[in-house]
Amino acid sequence: MRRVSLPDILAGLGGSTENIGRAAVVKRVPRTFMAALAGAALGVSGVLMQGVTRNPLADPGILGVNSGAAFAVTLGIAYFDMAASYTYVWTAIGGAAAAAILVYMIGSLGAGGAAPLKLALAGTAASVCLSSLITAVLLPRNDIAGAVRYWLIGGVGGVTLDRVALVLPFIIAGFVIGFLGSGSLNSLALGDELGASLGENVPAARIVCTIGAVMLCGAATAVCGPIGFVGLAVPHAGRMLIGLDHRRLVPFAAFAGALFLIIADILGRVVARPGELQVGIVTAFFGAPVFIWIVRKHKVREL
Amino acid sequence: MSTPESGEEPSGGVKSGKAYSGGAHTGEVHSAVVRRVAAERRGRMRRRRLRMAGLCVLLMALFSLTLMSGRSFTPPGDVIRVILGHEIPGATFVVMRLRLPRAVLSVAAGFSFALAGAAYQTLLRNALASPDIIGISYGASAAAVVGIVFFGLRGASVSGLAVIAGIGAALVIYLLSRGYGAAGTRLILVGIGVSAILESVIAYTLSRAGEWNMREALRWLSGSVNAADRHQIIPTAIGLLVLGAPLLGQARNLEALRLGDDAAAALGVRAGRTRIIVMTAATGLIAVAAAATGPISFAAFLSGPIAVRITGRGGSPLVPAAITGGLLVLAADYCGQFLLPNRYPVGVVTGTLGAPYLLYLIVRVNRRGISS
Repeated sequence: MRRVSLPDILAGLGGSTENIGRAAVVKRVPRTFMAALAGAALGVSGVLMQGVTRNPLADPGILGVNSGAAFAVTLGIAYFDMAASYTYVWTAIGGAAAAAILVYMIGSLGAGGAAPLKLALAGTAASVCLSSLITAVLLPRNDIAGAVRYWLIGGVGGVTLDRVALVLPFIIAGFVIGFLGSGSLNSLALGDELGASLGENVPAARIVCTIGAVMLCGAATAVCGPIGFVGLAVPHAGRMLIGLDHRRLVPFAAFAGALFLIIADILGRVVARPGELQVGIVTAFFGAPVFIWIVRKHKVREL
Repeated sequence: MSTPESGEEPSGGVKSGKAYSGGAHTGEVHSAVVRRVAAERRGRMRRRRLRMAGLCVLLMALFSLTLMSGRSFTPPGDVIRVILGHEIPGATFVVMRLRLPRAVLSVAAGFSFALAGAAYQTLLRNALASPDIIGISYGASAAAVVGIVFFGLRGASVSGLAVIAGIGAALVIYLLSRGYGAAGTRLILVGIGVSAILESVIAYTLSRAGEWNMREALRWLSGSVNAADRHQIIPTAIGLLVLGAPLLGQARNLEALRLGDDAAAALGVRAGRTRIIVMTAATGLIAVAAAATGPISFAAFLSGPIAVRITGRGGSPLVPAAITGGLLVLAADYCGQFLLPNRYPVGVVTGTLGAPYLLYLIVRVNRRGISS
């Protein structure tokens, strides 16, 4: 913990490392930038997932998508000598997509299709199972266990600018899909039939938005580890503050998600001094009550 | 469909669950049908009893095997003599200190988790709604970790704290999910939220523990029977006896509740009372067992469905589930110790077993969807 004066901040932002304060600022820049980027990505990803599934509880963490990305990356590091390169991001996105498909299939089994309850349970069960698999891979591998475990809790500490640059294209592509698809999400919200009668290609819209959501949360997870509940809480806050229009909800979720994750990261650094609390722990602690509140607010029939 | 007689005797003086399940001698019009149904049912019950006996034999065989074999082999004669109190150098230590406590704790914890899991799954009418997924076991392990790391507690006080916290977590989940019509759906979802909070508490606490030991941490995150001794076995066994008995006593009423509250009330079952007894006992069982071994992943989740698969539907799943749970934990621990290339705590093995089960669910329902 170090206080830095305003002139030092400005000098640090300019790249100066002349004294410790300025060096600290230089260290903090990529981290804060990554927190903002990951928060925005997770927020938009949450809007897309909730829109596509018409499910108020959809969130990359709850649906087990984060765990899928985490498992894929763990496998890659353990067995394929994967270093931080483009393969890293692609692996995470692939794992996220596989988990999304798996959980959606399990969750839509039986009568009633993909009800929110079944999706949430399937996601939780898949997460428990995937985290056991991750542990099974890690336990005998002391050489990689430390690094992977640190990454698994979900933090933005120690992020460098070249890793940010690595995922930036994916996140930007995801944002573009989110913005372009937001109109379609409005049609989807009316139901499949009504959406189709408005001229929407429902299956195409659904697939494109899902790809966007998976890319966003996969890319965020590749760098920061699994961070839950941002994608859940932010869209709901948006619906309360600015209404149901997805064309406004997507940009709002990007800003609010960034804000949420930066605040969570600062909180994690301040609360647990002299150590620090990974941002994934903070978002779960403050995001899960939001989840409970949503569950209580909706009547059971709507869930 | 399997119990047509229950629909055909609405005014036949049905007062208890007993009359409902045994009533095959009333219908005069459909007597031939009823006779056939009764014969079918007798056959099913016989098969069920046979398969349960088979499970018991399997459990005992596996228990004996884990006493005899490990890194070294101890002949059965030596094992029996050691258990009867003879001193045999080497064998006494291996059997009495290492293998026996471990096997007993595995079976006792397996029984507890499976009983509680099957009870919750039946009560909430959802195969995915087991206590390890809806957050009750995390209450116990979060309290245990906090007690160990922040307050330096050891031994019995950790168990006591874990039990209280497990029951407290269940109570919080229950209170938060009350509202218009106590619905199982909301209970499950609130449970998922509460377990996320508790998991973050565990992660925070472990990150604050100076040099935290990965294996000790794993015990509280996914469950392990490493270092089993009487301080863990005795509370678990007492909990199993004290809480398992009332739970089994409600088995028949629980089956009636499966038909819905109104139908159960018509059969003379007090739904509210049954639900409270079952939930209290099941929660207690989970908390006591989780205090000893940590929340063994999926022991509660998998045992019920596997048991139903083996013994067939019809009749309460509680007892078959308990036997299956003991078998599952015992076998998983043995695999984790000796059969796999590395030593894994039991919770990692059982948690991994969840993957094939989830895939199996998909395959089974898809096949049914195509054929029907």
